[in-house]
Amino acid sequence: MKQLGTVLLSEQPFSEIVIGNTAVVRAMIETGTRVVTSYPGSPTPEIAEAIKSIPHDQRPFYFEFSTNEKVATEVAYGASINGHLSCVFFKSVGLNVAADTFVQLGHMNLIGGMVIIWGDDPGAHSSQNEQDNRHFALLSYTPVLEPATPAEVYSFYKEAARISVEKGMPVVLRLTTHVCHQKEKVTFGGWKPQPWDKTPRFDPQNGPYVPITTEVFPMKRRALKRLTELSTAFDASSLNRSEDHKNRDRGIITFGTTYLSLMDVLQDAAKKPDILKLGTIHPLPTGLIQAFLESHREVKILEELDAIIEPQVKALAYDKGLKTRIGGKRDPEEWIGEYTPDKVYGILRSEWPDMLPEQAARPTEQPYAPKRPAQMCPGCGHRSAFYAIKKALAATDIKVGDIGCHSLGFLPPYKMNELLMCMGASVPMGSGLSLFQTERKVVAFLGDSTFFHAGLPGIINAIFNKHRVTLILMENGTTAMTGHQDHPAVGKNFNEITDAIPVRQVLEGLGVKHIFEVDAYQQGKLIELVKQAVEIPEFSVVIAKHPCMLKYMREQRRKPDFKEKQVMVPPELCNGVHECVEKFACPTFTRLPNGKVTVNTDLCIGDGSCMQTCPSKAIKPKA
Amino acid sequence: MTINIYITGVGGQGIGMLSEALIRAADHAGLTVKGVDTHGLAQRGGIVVSHLRIGEHVNSPLIPVGQADIAVALERHEALRALNGSLKEGGTLVWYDTVWQPLEVRVGAAPEVAAETIAQECSRRKVHNERVRVDDLPDTRMQNIALLATICKRELIPGVKRQHYEAAMSDLMDGKMLEKNNILFAKLIGTER
Repeated sequence: MKQLGTVLLSEQPFSEIVIGNTAVVRAMIETGTRVVTSYPGSPTPEIAEAIKSIPHDQRPFYFEFSTNEKVATEVAYGASINGHLSCVFFKSVGLNVAADTFVQLGHMNLIGGMVIIWGDDPGAHSSQNEQDNRHFALLSYTPVLEPATPAEVYSFYKEAARISVEKGMPVVLRLTTHVCHQKEKVTFGGWKPQPWDKTPRFDPQNGPYVPITTEVFPMKRRALKRLTELSTAFDASSLNRSEDHKNRDRGIITFGTTYLSLMDVLQDAAKKPDILKLGTIHPLPTGLIQAFLESHREVKILEELDAIIEPQVKALAYDKGLKTRIGGKRDPEEWIGEYTPDKVYGILRSEWPDMLPEQAARPTEQPYAPKRPAQMCPGCGHRSAFYAIKKALAATDIKVGDIGCHSLGFLPPYKMNELLMCMGASVPMGSGLSLFQTERKVVAFLGDSTFFHAGLPGIINAIFNKHRVTLILMENGTTAMTGHQDHPAVGKNFNEITDAIPVRQVLEGLGVKHIFEVDAYQQGKLIELVKQAVEIPEFSVVIAKHPCMLKYMREQRRKPDFKEKQVMVPPELCNGVHECVEKFACPTFTRLPNGKVTVNTDLCIGDGSCMQTCPSKAIKPKA
Repeated sequence: MTINIYITGVGGQGIGMLSEALIRAADHAGLTVKGVDTHGLAQRGGIVVSHLRIGEHVNSPLIPVGQADIAVALERHEALRALNGSLKEGGTLVWYDTVWQPLEVRVGAAPEVAAETIAQECSRRKVHNERVRVDDLPDTRMQNIALLATICKRELIPGVKRQHYEAAMSDLMDGKMLEKNNILFAKLIGTER
């Protein structure tokens, strides 16, 4: 069996099939990156999984999961101005959390260098939007490199680190979901472990590091000057390349995975346009683009998500007095969704109808495949909690969701999250909803990792400003949705055992007067406690606790004395009430053609949280 | 020539392992291969899809809609979904016949898909229907290996041979787990049908 950690530390050059998220870790090692930080979130958590495959004592850099993306950025920044090459990575919307610090970085002299990895999510595969973070590059004067493949992730990170160290400025490596998860064989270079210089090199003389009043303009001037210099340097960068198909009529400017889609689609093209594939997407290599415009009659900007390059290229053409026809986005739909090969085909057909052949229509009359939305796992404490809490509340009460596995509570049959925004927003949104009224009780859900991430300011606000909200803290002892990362209440961090910070203790310390706690499987008690809590005319908390059963079962199955447990529904006891399959809705329950219910033995973990839900008492432990 | 393989199932069924074994087997056979796993919110319970593309002229890891030569499904409803949405006319559907009822079926909003429906739709669409079901699997979590063995035995990926699949499994597993899977793999190749 190939051990990823051993492969990643190889001193000899090697080739391996990897995803983009793994390739970048090898680049961190080769560049001598010394400090890496993150908060977990799709599509980047596999970067940390690759890091974890290297045993802690052999890891040639320090890694931590910080409490949120802003904190992670600040830790990496601190390391950089102490002389260490650092890196922070997070999910697309993680940049919103980190923004307060991130927008300042471009003004600073980062003596160690710093690479920021974005995991943008065109197509909103795992995010609450598909925000185009390139807007942040413009507003923060930060250069951005964008690879299209795992091989490019590896080489582009190395280039980002080189530029960052050389210029003392932050450089962004923008990944997207299908770059992070794309798999291919990548050829890696050799690596000689270098001695680790741990000398603290922070010196205010390298600054200023205090961006106030008179210091602001010189710092901004320096940031702009660096960008101008880079734009010129990027004209000659090997990260940008053109593909000459000897077509002087038509050219396309593109980048990232859109380039891959384009290359596939063009295989059927009657006459291929020339292509300028950008790797440096901010600042743009204006000399290169100008030359490309000058040598083509028409140029299409093929740009996933928002029109950011398009207006810059059009402005460039205007300034230089160029007559090239520049085709940008023709339709709001071209701002939406991932630029898959299918999407790119459609866009090119509308731009140049003669270039690509018409496609055969797909069969329309097909047998119906029932929908399968994501759902909570068998034995999930959240299911038990939602099932019970639904009974404790009136239909008109307001149920506010937050980010985590419990977000799935918005789905039928529970429908227990009626609104959702971003991490930590549930209690403050609930506070606003509670103003001027008491007839519609407000409950806000929150997970335990999010509690530390961004939940605390909203909770403190609710206490401080006396908001009548009931917080239901869904404590499962891990950051479940992103792959079971430890959080501050767990008692261990990424590297070692640490003092746990129990959520209850924090709430008590904050002076919350009404804290109830119950195992999420105890549905009767949970119903009573929630009924009691929502009647209290001030901020109250119900901690509905149960360990993440997916994680728990994985750990149990590894034990030598593990014994499989399951429940069963004896057919003679089942009256076809369907409470288990329709209302409790554990995916284990299966509907039989005769109206009775049975248990899917591939899925059942025998947790028994379902047994109390059957009015016929037909769910029994399997002998 | 490009071969597009679309792999799907329900989160928790071992799609990641199956797709990793296929990509590595193709690589061991000296083929150029690209892939991507696409998964949304769910750790478990949602649909998981993996795209695999073999060939010299592959750029995007994503298979265009309706352009899969082979669809591999670990579950009956997902087999139908792959047949409907991804498979080419004349392609091959390899699927394990187990049922994890989707939400709509469990809440009574839609009937369970029958194996017969898939067979009929395959014949209408001129798709080769390769239904797999092994009644004496030592562990239901080895259904993915049953599919791998079928793909190997039927030589569905030209140029990828038994030793390549076995080398791929050795890359991904060790100890008892590898031993158990190797035994099953050999048995299914040797004795199945």
